[in-house]
Amino acid sequence: MSPRPGFVLEVDRSTPPTLFWHGEGFRFEQLPEGARVVYPPEPLDALSDPEAAVRHALEHPLGDCPPLSALLRAGMRLTIAFDDVSLPLPPMRRPDIRQRVIEAVLDLAAAAGIDDVVLIAALALHRRMTDDELRHALGDRVFDAFAPHGLLLQHDAEDPGALVHLGMTEEGEDVEINRRAAESDLLIYVNINLSAMDGGHKSVATGLASYRSLRHHHNVRTLQHSRSLMDRHHSEMHSSNWRMGRLIKNVGVKIFQIETTLNLDMFPSQFAYLQKREWEWSLADRAGFHASRLALERIPPRLARQIFQSMLAPYGVTSVQAGEVEAVHDVTLENLHRQQLVAVEGQTDILTMGLPYLCPYNVNSIMNPVLVACLGLGYFFNLYRGKPLVRAGGVCIMSHPTPWAFHPVHHPSYIDFFEQVLADTTDLIEIEKTYEQAFATDPWYVHLYRTSYAYHGVHPFYMWYWCGHALEHLGAVIIVGGDRAAVRRMGFKPASTLADALEMDEDVVGPNPTITHLHAPPLLVADVS
Amino acid sequence: MRALLVERLVHRFAAARVAALLTGSGSGIAIGPLRLTEIDPPERPGPLWHRVTPLLAGICGSDLATLDGESSRFFEDIVTFPFVPGHEIVGVVTDGPDAGRRMVVEPVLSCVVRGIEPLCPSCAEGRTGACERIAFGNIRPGLQTGYCADTGGGWSDELVAHEAQLHPVPEDWSDEAAVMVEPAACAIHAALAGQVVPGERVVVLGSGTLGLCTLAALRRHALPSMLLAVAKYRVQRRFAEDFGADDVALPSELGRAVRRVTGTLALASTAGRVHRLAGGADIVFDCVGSARSITEALEVVRPGGRVVLVGMPGVLRVDLAPLWQREIALFGAYAYGTEDVPPGPRSTFALAFELVAETQLERLVSAHYPLERYEEAVRHAASAGRRGSVKVVFDLRRENPAWRRTAAPAARKQRVLRNENKLETSA
Repeated sequence: MSPRPGFVLEVDRSTPPTLFWHGEGFRFEQLPEGARVVYPPEPLDALSDPEAAVRHALEHPLGDCPPLSALLRAGMRLTIAFDDVSLPLPPMRRPDIRQRVIEAVLDLAAAAGIDDVVLIAALALHRRMTDDELRHALGDRVFDAFAPHGLLLQHDAEDPGALVHLGMTEEGEDVEINRRAAESDLLIYVNINLSAMDGGHKSVATGLASYRSLRHHHNVRTLQHSRSLMDRHHSEMHSSNWRMGRLIKNVGVKIFQIETTLNLDMFPSQFAYLQKREWEWSLADRAGFHASRLALERIPPRLARQIFQSMLAPYGVTSVQAGEVEAVHDVTLENLHRQQLVAVEGQTDILTMGLPYLCPYNVNSIMNPVLVACLGLGYFFNLYRGKPLVRAGGVCIMSHPTPWAFHPVHHPSYIDFFEQVLADTTDLIEIEKTYEQAFATDPWYVHLYRTSYAYHGVHPFYMWYWCGHALEHLGAVIIVGGDRAAVRRMGFKPASTLADALEMDEDVVGPNPTITHLHAPPLLVADVS
Repeated sequence: MRALLVERLVHRFAAARVAALLTGSGSGIAIGPLRLTEIDPPERPGPLWHRVTPLLAGICGSDLATLDGESSRFFEDIVTFPFVPGHEIVGVVTDGPDAGRRMVVEPVLSCVVRGIEPLCPSCAEGRTGACERIAFGNIRPGLQTGYCADTGGGWSDELVAHEAQLHPVPEDWSDEAAVMVEPAACAIHAALAGQVVPGERVVVLGSGTLGLCTLAALRRHALPSMLLAVAKYRVQRRFAEDFGADDVALPSELGRAVRRVTGTLALASTAGRVHRLAGGADIVFDCVGSARSITEALEVVRPGGRVVLVGMPGVLRVDLAPLWQREIALFGAYAYGTEDVPPGPRSTFALAFELVAETQLERLVSAHYPLERYEEAVRHAASAGRRGSVKVVFDLRRENPAWRRTAAPAARKQRVLRNENKLETSA
């Protein structure tokens, strides 16, 4: 039986309560009659032989590009860059698709007699990966072959000697990327395209760039005009990356792009109900859900976090494509849309969403309030094509505990951002103007980014800017069940229950508003007509 | 007359200390050395002395330390028991040509007050707070009014003060403004003792009365490029912002905040709390005076920087290794006298009157208590910040005919402010 597409349910009297993610827990909410629930499609069938698919993609590249084996020659300088720990979410059960692809590439490189091979984790301004995380992504064989010899690097956006300025785009954007990658005879980029936002020219132009370069597209103006981030043709952030990518190509950097897509099989069997629609839950699903919900409510948050963070997804690989960047990415987007797109008719007054425990920036970490805002308003709000799910001036209700808690090693500048910057103002323009430069160049944050496992000093700003489009579009943001002080610090309204939140909404959207719930994860992209 | 009296009862000091250690400052008031009693009014030690009927008398941090049994034994030789506490005083002179006038008492008992001639070197230089004769002369030992058995103190119906100690209160001033002059003078002296060079980055630890006044004094008398206040409670944060702090941090945020505003590196952090810096602030004013606050000051001041002890310390255990290794200067700032300010030397009290008027420091007076409710008053003062208050005072005006004339408008104003504070606290 082929997997069922996503669909929109209209809530009626017989509709059971709807599952809302709530950080490391869940809420079960009875939505009002007439509300809509947008469900993701079921997982597509996975490729039966992903290794063969990888080999096939490498030898049958897309676009104006020879097969990889024809590009490889003895004596050449080869760099393989790969997506970092922020993808996929949740992390993939071993073997990770990056391992499969890189092993295949290395087999070809070895056959061609190439000695000078370096792997680079494309961190951009993310934290460095731990050895365990690298080993998980690359597999033991690759890790043991490269890491002990210093050939497994992590991109350092603050090492002037390891960066090269390639020029400026026609829009005056600096293009500064990793020197080793730029000066290699061939740069192979290995992607995991979990969402339509990832991949394409963004891989190199963002993943291997410096702050000097990133600031041209990671800023308030660009992100407010990225509508949406999942629709690259209407995303100013992607347009900027594409300009940069073309410049990188034009100055002679040879890139062989490998992109992979995964299905929506995101949760292990014991959490199978998270993949299902509530009325289709079996007795075992119901028992499992209620047992886990009760348990999660009673155990310490730290333990709940550990349980969820240890969850590995049994993703299936749905496609592998390789070759010229733009040709590859076009096919990747088709494959992503095949899995994630859900047609939705018309916008809504109120958009509700349950936010899970994980976003790209808290893998093995804490979802701090800034990341909660970013996940809801930066990512989930942008899960649309065409028009936002919620109308202009509408309300977004998010459910998350939003603890006033930060990972001290991973997010040091977030603490200051929350304590100092947001205490002063939540206005994006003001924040960018007054505080960004100081945080971006703060020597302590630079030191921690380079030597510890800290996100770059400017990273919390980017997370806040990521909310820019939503904050401009929405009339109000309400967080249900969050730490009230933390919620207020961000300029949002706290509510104890969904019912309270809906009541509060009346001031903004009037009586009898239309309500739509985004039932994610698993991820979906609403194609709003 | 009624007076709150501190007697030299070692067992009561010990009991108060144990209570304070176990359950917090002020908790041992009922078993401590302070009691309300009837005593004879103090005799005038000489012709230049006057009788003063207190209107308001503040409860200071040093008073609380005394009542908690935490004061250093260093003071034993420069106080005389039994004494009536209270050195933040506005009162009415009841004899002599100024009878009926409201006066602020400058409590330091220096050479002039003690009838000593020639003046000691410190007094001769105008540094009366550093008087070298505070145990000599025609009154018994006592560093200030409120610690001397011969003068009495503000927590009573009457005290005596030398004419050199009396500063007339402008007619249009409230009693609340006047009672803030003494703490303001302490703060000005401290701010100027720090010798802040324009452009220096300054931290003020503690935002009780003394901390807030120091903040205001620094804003008026110095030109720091950055003034960071550390405040624990909401009411303190609000006043700190009002008084000109560029940034206000919670105590738990201190290291992180100083690192942030100075752009230095952190040497150590635990669970998100930054507690040792590579550089730091140029100068830290410690307006708390505890082992913890001194330790924190030493942690966040830069090598070669200065730490000014404004709050009264006692016997403390502090790791002075950073003071040695980083060549930090640690010095005290006590009381007042004459300050070297442009265009020329002026009395600290004269500057304090200006600061109170300009900054409206009377806003800090949050609660009034009659003497009879002294236990409540002391407990309130010891937990002022937590209860949305700053300065707690004894109100002796009900027994004074001048009360309705001078205090009623101010009292109304205070009620309004108190209500605002309540709203702020409950919000």
